[in-house]
Amino acid sequence: MSQARWFPPLLAVALAVALSFLTLPIVAIFVDSGPAELLSSLDDAAAIDALTLSLWTSTVALVIIVVVGTPAAYLLATRRFRARNVLITLIELPLVLPPAVAGIGLLAALGPNGLFGQALDDAGIRVVLTTLSVILALTFVAAPFYLRQAEAAFSALDRSWLDASRTLGAGEATTFARVAIPAALPGLIAGLALAWGRALGEFGATLMFAGSFRGVTQTVPLAIYERFATDFTAALGLSAVLVAVSAAILMTVKLATRASPARVLTR
Amino acid sequence: MIVSHRRVALLAVLLATLMGLSVSACGSDDESTANAGDSREVVVSAAASLKKALTSYGDQFDSATVRLSFAGSDELAAQIRQGIKPDVFAAANTKLPDQLFKEGLVEKPVRFATNELVLAVPADGGDKVASLADLTGNDVTIAVGAKGVPVGDYTLKVLDGLPQAQSKAILANVRSREPDVGGIVGKLTQGAVDGGFVYRSDVEGAAGKLKAIELPDELKPTVEYGVAIVKGARNKAGGQAFVDGLLEGAGAKALADNGFGAPGGG
Repeated sequence: MSQARWFPPLLAVALAVALSFLTLPIVAIFVDSGPAELLSSLDDAAAIDALTLSLWTSTVALVIIVVVGTPAAYLLATRRFRARNVLITLIELPLVLPPAVAGIGLLAALGPNGLFGQALDDAGIRVVLTTLSVILALTFVAAPFYLRQAEAAFSALDRSWLDASRTLGAGEATTFARVAIPAALPGLIAGLALAWGRALGEFGATLMFAGSFRGVTQTVPLAIYERFATDFTAALGLSAVLVAVSAAILMTVKLATRASPARVLTR
Repeated sequence: MIVSHRRVALLAVLLATLMGLSVSACGSDDESTANAGDSREVVVSAAASLKKALTSYGDQFDSATVRLSFAGSDELAAQIRQGIKPDVFAAANTKLPDQLFKEGLVEKPVRFATNELVLAVPADGGDKVASLADLTGNDVTIAVGAKGVPVGDYTLKVLDGLPQAQSKAILANVRSREPDVGGIVGKLTQGAVDGGFVYRSDVEGAAGKLKAIELPDELKPTVEYGVAIVKGARNKAGGQAFVDGLLEGAGAKALADNGFGAPGGG
């Protein structure tokens, strides 16, 4: 203890630096835009359209991510096979991709001149510049956040529980649904919150792949960008709204996790 | 782990001090660096449509390294209003530099180039859109510039000159309102839309991927580019040299090579 008296203060300094740097821009948004601006930005019909679009497209994206991602993460967490690490890396790759690369990639895959462009066109499906393209972009950028967290949560489960469940006669599906998911729930929910936040904040891939059109593809970040040039006050107000919505989601999820009995079980 | 109250208090004090420090540091930093400009560097904020021409000019510019930042002119103007100061602001209209001049944020702007608004279609797009009239078609998709972006405002001006029913039908086919002209070009070259209003220089710069359909003379808006030195520029002399070259010299040649017209000459 005595030889490292400087260490605890050092930790505190590091935390203080991190905290002030990370909160400063958010504090500034609320200082610069008073409650009046925040409310008046909610009075703007185009802003409401953007908010509605953001909320429902991100919700759909999240549903897709959870429905497909949960069993996929379970498989990755509970099986040991040779290509496993490669697969995990591939799934995590979008995490480190710049959004512009995601946008280009989606265009190259699903755009009219892309890999599957002709096939989609033949099937009569138009992807680019539609709300569907927004959902696809959000799903692409947000899914890794959930998959990663879900894989970690399933991996951390006590294997003997899963074995016990099977010994007691439950099938693999029942074990997954009745034992693994409830026990991993806090981790799954944390992943959900991160993915949701990422989806709500998506900008670059959406602009490139989905364009910007009020009520169809213009999500809140795109609406903020449009206002930045014409009306900075409105941009601030809408930013404040997005911060509030994202914070509300994060808080709700944190509280839900705390209240969850599964947390007690996994300890 | 038990965290003592004393430690929490210490942390709170540290946090408060640091926030205070960081705020005051920002304040003093501005003053100390404002005078110590780097004369080896000229920072230029330019309209997205100038990308090819100014990049080629910047490469030839000898007296300083040119740092270019391209975006919608209105975004760049908003940045200047927020206190981001490049040395030079080059816009795709004269309205934005004139506004900034009135607000006292830039020196007197000059006109340095003209361009022409055209209807662009993908070169391999068949003949789905062969004229302005085709834009009202049932299955046609269009990208335009957002309102406030020069290319978007020019487009609105063109549509205003059309019979109301026709301009309404065209607007109904718009699928994206892009924040700069680069976004429209991208959507066109990717085949995401069938047509879009861009500048002639964009079509010439698209390496044969786009085809320009000329607009009727009576609808053509005057597209003039204005440039100004930003007040409080770090490298005013370098900025002035850059602007001079745009009016006469390597910059003017790069503009002409990339499909721009000379100012005043129409």
